[in-house]
Order: sequence, then C-alpha cells, then structure tokens
Amino acid sequence: MISRRQILTAAGATALAGSGIATPKFFAAYAADARLNPALPEGLRGAATMETLPGKKPLIKLSYRPPNYESPIEYFRSPITPNDEFFVRYHVSDIPEVDAKTWKLSVGGDGAEKTVELTLDDLKAMPAHEVVAVNQCSGNRRGLFQPHVPGVEWGYGAMGCARWKGARLKDILDKAGIKKETIEIALDGADKPPFDKTPDFVKSIPAWKAMEDTTIVAYEMNGAPLPHLNGFPARLVLPGWTGTYWMKHLVSINALTKPLGTFWMASAYRVPLGKFPMVARFISQETPANTPITEIIVNSLITSHADGANVTAGAEVGGIAWDGGYGISSVEVSIDGGRSWVPAKLGENLGPFAFRTFSHPLTAKGKHTVMARATNKIGQTQTTEINHNPPGYHHNVVHSVTLNVG
Amino acid sequence: MIPKSGGRFSDKIMLKKENIMRIAIAFLAAALTAPALADEKPVELKKAPGLDKVEANCAACHSLDYIVMNSPYPSAALWDAEVTKMIKAFGAPIDEADAKEIAAYLKKNYGS
Repeated sequence: MISRRQILTAAGATALAGSGIATPKFFAAYAADARLNPALPEGLRGAATMETLPGKKPLIKLSYRPPNYESPIEYFRSPITPNDEFFVRYHVSDIPEVDAKTWKLSVGGDGAEKTVELTLDDLKAMPAHEVVAVNQCSGNRRGLFQPHVPGVEWGYGAMGCARWKGARLKDILDKAGIKKETIEIALDGADKPPFDKTPDFVKSIPAWKAMEDTTIVAYEMNGAPLPHLNGFPARLVLPGWTGTYWMKHLVSINALTKPLGTFWMASAYRVPLGKFPMVARFISQETPANTPITEIIVNSLITSHADGANVTAGAEVGGIAWDGGYGISSVEVSIDGGRSWVPAKLGENLGPFAFRTFSHPLTAKGKHTVMARATNKIGQTQTTEINHNPPGYHHNVVHSVTLNVG
Repeated sequence: MIPKSGGRFSDKIMLKKENIMRIAIAFLAAALTAPALADEKPVELKKAPGLDKVEANCAACHSLDYIVMNSPYPSAALWDAEVTKMIKAFGAPIDEADAKEIAAYLKKNYGS
C-alpha cells in the first residue's frame, strides 16, 4: 500500500520544485563518478550522485527509494564513523518518522510466557550496556563482483563503526519470560513495503546469539539518539554479524519455537554452505545447500589516500581493518603489488567488534601498487580473488590503490 | 504508522483514507510518474518503446536508479529473471503483457 505520508511528501516536493524558490541544501547533488572504483557497473558510475540527506553529510546515492546511500572511503579515516557520515540502507520504502513519546516495543511470541510492551523510558531504565561495533551490509562491495550480481551495487562504503548504547536483548526477553523451547528470536521494524503482497522485512536470529552479553537494543549511537535513517528510536545491534539482522525502528521482538520461514530468511541473505569460513552457525535455518549469512569476514580498506593520489615521501598510508569479533591480530602492507609484505602499525583497540586503524610510512619514491591485508586472531585472512556467490556477499578481496610517492 | 486493525470503525477510516489517496494519486499522476520520498529526484531512463510500462509498474515500488545501476547486465536471461523475481518474490502486480514489454525494454536498453 502506498502510504499517505509518501504521497504528501511527494506532493510537497513537487510543489516546491514548481514554486521557483531556492531548493533546500539537501537537494543539492553532484556526480560521484570520480570517487568510484572503475570496476563498478558502468550504469552505476554514470548515475550515482553525492547527495545530502537531512542530518547527513554528502553520501553516495545508489537509490532514492528505498534509500540506499553509502559513505565515501575518506569517511573511514578514524575507527568511529560519525552519525552524519554513517551509511543508509533500507529494503522497503515506507519509512515512518517514529514518535519517541508514543513508540512501543512489543516483546512476546509463542516462545514467551507473556507479551509485554516497553516504552523508550522503560528501555532506558534497564541496565545500559555499551559496545563499539561495525555494522556492515552483507552485500558491501557487491558492485565489484564479476560476473555481475543483481542488487544494490555497493562500492566500499556500506558499513560504519559506532559506539552503541542500549539494553541487553536478553534482559528485554527476560521481561516476557522465554521458554526453553525457543530456538529463534524474530525482529520487526516500523518500516513497511509499499504493497501488501511484498514480504515485510522481518529477520530472526538464533536464540543463543540473542542471549549474548554484547547483543543489545540500542537507543544511542556515538552518544546521541539514533539518526532517523539509522533506526530511531531503537535498533538491534548484533556485534560481529552482518547488517541484515540489525533491525531498525524496532517495534516487535518475538521468541519463536519454530524457524521463521518467510522470504527474508528462507530465500534471501543466504550463502552456499561451506563456501566461507564461518564459526558462528545458524543451525535452525541451515539447509543441505545453504545457510543464512552470519559473521562478518575479515577485511581491510586503505582510506588515507584515493587511488591515483600523489603522496609526499615519508607520509603514512593507512586505513581500517575489522572482522566478526575475533579481533584483528595483524595488518600487512605491500608496496610492490603483493610480492612482499611488511607488518603495519596497528592503532587504538576499541574492542574486537570495532574498526582497527593501521598505518605504514611510504618512504620509497615512485609509483607503487599499495595493498593491505588483515589477519584475525583465529588465523583467517583476506582473499586475493573474488569468492563468487549468487547474492554477492562477503567480498573481502585485498584492497589495492596506486600511489605516486614523490 | 497506520495500524493494521479491522472492525467497522477502522473501515470508515480506511474509506476516508482511500478518498484522500485517490485525490493525491490524481494530483501525482499529473505531476510525477510515481510516489517519491522527500529527497527523490526523477530518474530519467532511455526513451524507447516500453518505457511507459517501466515507469508505471517498476516505479510504484522503487526508484528507477535500481535499473541504471544494474546495467549493463551480462545476459538477457538475467533481466528476465529479475522481472520474474519482482512479480513472484516481491508480489509486484504486473500483468503478463506488461511484464513482457518491461523485460524487452530492459534487455534492449540496459542489457548486455
């Protein structure tokens, strides 16, 4: 169903466009092409624009509706991504502005003793927990897959790392009383599809993961309320796991005694079984062929300089590394296209789920192919070639830039 | 948020909403090809036979930049699969004749 709100905002935009008055700042847009990797689809590079959503700095617009906007690489020069630089990703396009005063979170399901409703004040009155964690879209870097994988053609920026604060999910579930038969916890947000026949975006997580101390329902992001487009007033934060489970604008949490079999679990967000190194499993959803995506795989990104940049000799090349919560043990840098590698210096450790910065001085003058490769504490490292899979997930090919050092 | 509730009272509300929607849709049809979010600007696709069907059907659920960013597709079969997915998996109410025209347009203008 097309919502009244959408129609009214569309009508407002039309009236504004026809009125001849100055357009608001967030309407300003300019081509993003120069910032994009040439391996991304030609159509994307021609169409992507830098656009400023309300409350955000310019992001790379991939699609207006549902809104999908990624952060340019230069926003990843620190381990924490500011709220106004954080990417935006939605599956369905009817996204209500939630009123914090009337918002309620329903907690129940067939695996619960009873149904309870929590207000934002109730949530804030519970013991608070903080965690610094990366939220990365499963399909980050999908646009770099060859052959082409249909979908949102993300470059490098469908991710961010924030300090999240909220109540533990297990404390919230305790209020409804969880039966021992519960195997999954289902999460639904206030955003809805435009037509009733389009599957609503609902996700589930294994009960064991829901009960972990680091799994929280966050109402703060970097010390401020969540931005509207990042899930205000509360969202799930599932450290170590990909963004698909981090339900925004949470309105219901249901304990389930049977696996959730709807479209977004049974058909979407799945990877071939055995294709990727996965420690954390989602057994109630596995089939002989595939499994839901779970952990973020180890990855890194050079962020200090754009591809082709001129660098003064002695300056440092650097970036960020992250994984599914085991922690980064080392980042190596190569300045000869991958023939030899040297350890980079690691920056501040904000915890196992956070971006970890790295840096390395560039002393030799000349044109260099500079690469970075991260390894985590359980020995997993990045790939040199694309590990192709039908939905285009888990791209962790070593990032490479050409720099002119002089 | 509109609560999904039944009963006579809410039926009356729905009727009123339908009227509002009808008026708004009529207004929109004259101004825009599709409902838009506040920050949405029109996405112009290649002018070719079938574009009217693409604009009338696809843009009801998503902005048309989805089409552009996914081009060129490596094969015609992938565009066919995508149109089928929108109907079968996402419930897009597109009739068979329109679906054929849309797929033909996409293959010709945004294909390999």
